[in-house]
Amino acid sequence: MENSIKDYKQIKGWGVDADPKNDPTYPMRNRMNVSQDPDSKSHPSPMQHDDTELLKSNERPRVSTVYGTTVPPSGLSGMIRRLAFRYSENEYRHWLPLLVADRVQVVEGILEDLASGTVPNIFAEKGYAMEWKHNRTAFITKMAAIAAVTAGVVVLLTSDSDKKNKNSRKRKGYKKGYRGYSDTHAL
Amino acid sequence: MLAMEYRGPKRVRAVQKPMPEIKHPQDAIVRVTRTCICGSDLHLYNGNVPDTRVGSTFGHEFVGIVEEVGPDVTKIKVGDQVLVPFNVACGECHFCKQGMFGNCHESNTMATAVGAIFGYSHTAGGFDGGQAEYARVPYANVGPTVIPAGMDPDDAVLLTDVVPTGYQAAEMAGIQTGDTVVVFGAGPVGIMAARCSWLFGAGRVIVLDNVDYRLEFVRNYAPCEVYNFDEIGDPVLFIKKITDWMGADCVIDAVGAEATGNAMQSITGRKLLLQAGSATALHWAINSVKKGGVVSIVGVYGPTDNLVPIGNMMNKGLTMRGNQTSVKRLLPRLIDHVMNGTLNPKAMITHRLPLEEVADGYRMFSAKLDNCIKTVLIPPSANK
Ligand SMILES: [Zn+2]
Ligand SMILES: [Zn+2]
Repeated sequence: MENSIKDYKQIKGWGVDADPKNDPTYPMRNRMNVSQDPDSKSHPSPMQHDDTELLKSNERPRVSTVYGTTVPPSGLSGMIRRLAFRYSENEYRHWLPLLVADRVQVVEGILEDLASGTVPNIFAEKGYAMEWKHNRTAFITKMAAIAAVTAGVVVLLTSDSDKKNKNSRKRKGYKKGYRGYSDTHAL
Repeated sequence: MLAMEYRGPKRVRAVQKPMPEIKHPQDAIVRVTRTCICGSDLHLYNGNVPDTRVGSTFGHEFVGIVEEVGPDVTKIKVGDQVLVPFNVACGECHFCKQGMFGNCHESNTMATAVGAIFGYSHTAGGFDGGQAEYARVPYANVGPTVIPAGMDPDDAVLLTDVVPTGYQAAEMAGIQTGDTVVVFGAGPVGIMAARCSWLFGAGRVIVLDNVDYRLEFVRNYAPCEVYNFDEIGDPVLFIKKITDWMGADCVIDAVGAEATGNAMQSITGRKLLLQAGSATALHWAINSVKKGGVVSIVGVYGPTDNLVPIGNMMNKGLTMRGNQTSVKRLLPRLIDHVMNGTLNPKAMITHRLPLEEVADGYRMFSAKLDNCIKTVLIPPSANK
């Protein structure tokens, strides 16, 4: 690749926003202290009000004036989310359960789809048509690898099913969980 | 109405959803005419942002036509063509009054570390986004801005996020005339950050990425020096070497949590989610900047397990500099730059898809297929 810029000052707009005072402190230079801001508690009125169940960060006294009402907590994932919101944003007990709830809700979403008579078209939802069109060789290799791993896991799970004891059961549970995980992430 | 819907990591689809409603007197409903897929949408798409609920609609970059307004909306009216900044901001709280519209305290109930962003998980407020035929736009007197006559809507839609974010990345880098600026990441924001660095008077702009077509693009567009980090060995050492062993004056992290380039970071951060995605770009940025230099972060990082909460650092606008972009603060200047030809955002658009093909659009962008830089989605009702 050709890598030299001949005369950068010819670049359209060069230096038009240069300002020696643009030290890396903006907007700190304009920072108001609460005492300088006569109205530091001001917020728009009125409050949005509807009956959507909201989860509120416990780091603020009240809900914000407006809020999103997209997907209220529901089901098992909702229960996990409610629990998570008991803890502040400073705690992993807040963030990690939320990530877990996200995964739980993926399964709930599939069940919901099935219950409403929709079989989710995972191939389409993952946009695999594009991989097929633009990245065919790599795509085929990847799919073959996934098939091989899946087959391997199935063999593994079925082969030791007769020698069950507490420990191997635990380990199997982990493997299963991990497989579910890589299904959603490694693709 | 038709809308994009998240079903789980790497699974999205276009479905029929109920029309959005006015929920607050300052709300507006906008009929979306163009909406983009953003690099930061990939963090959601990959399932890396906590509280990304199944059934959500993404999309924080959109323009459209005002369809309905609440009783307290005075600044825009039905029929106006508007561009909608990605931040939901009230304009009245302590932070908005300082121009920190990206840090509004009156739009996100679910978290205090980040302001509200359209279509960006419940952690960022739980609002549905613009990858839909219609979107609810709260605080319609504050964010939505009438598109100036003569501005191409393709330019306008990029003014909702990518252009201001690239610009603010350069601004936060505190570039002084003649400075050497390194940008990690040649996605749309990195491309724009490199381009805008010149506006602040940079003397040398260097971009690193590992995808050749993106490097080729930014080299022509910005224009700047580019290097493929897969080919140069240790990028930090390399930057030291080409900057007279001093390091860059300013380094911009335009990558965030999806970084490649370090196996350990990829495994712990992107596969196992033990940390906030891979912090490779951040490590490189901190290590390749000159002593006394400035690191500017606009890449998105989630909550962390074994690192400092760098995402909060960025979202709250702390020093080392990082912040969600306060689009509204920058818009007047950037509209000028676009109108007089200093910046040409729409040149970044490489793909145009109907909203129905949203799943393909995400796949194409996330897998970097077909030389994709920036995709615009067109809802079926756009040309109503
Ligand atoms: Zn964006
Ligand atoms: Zn505000």
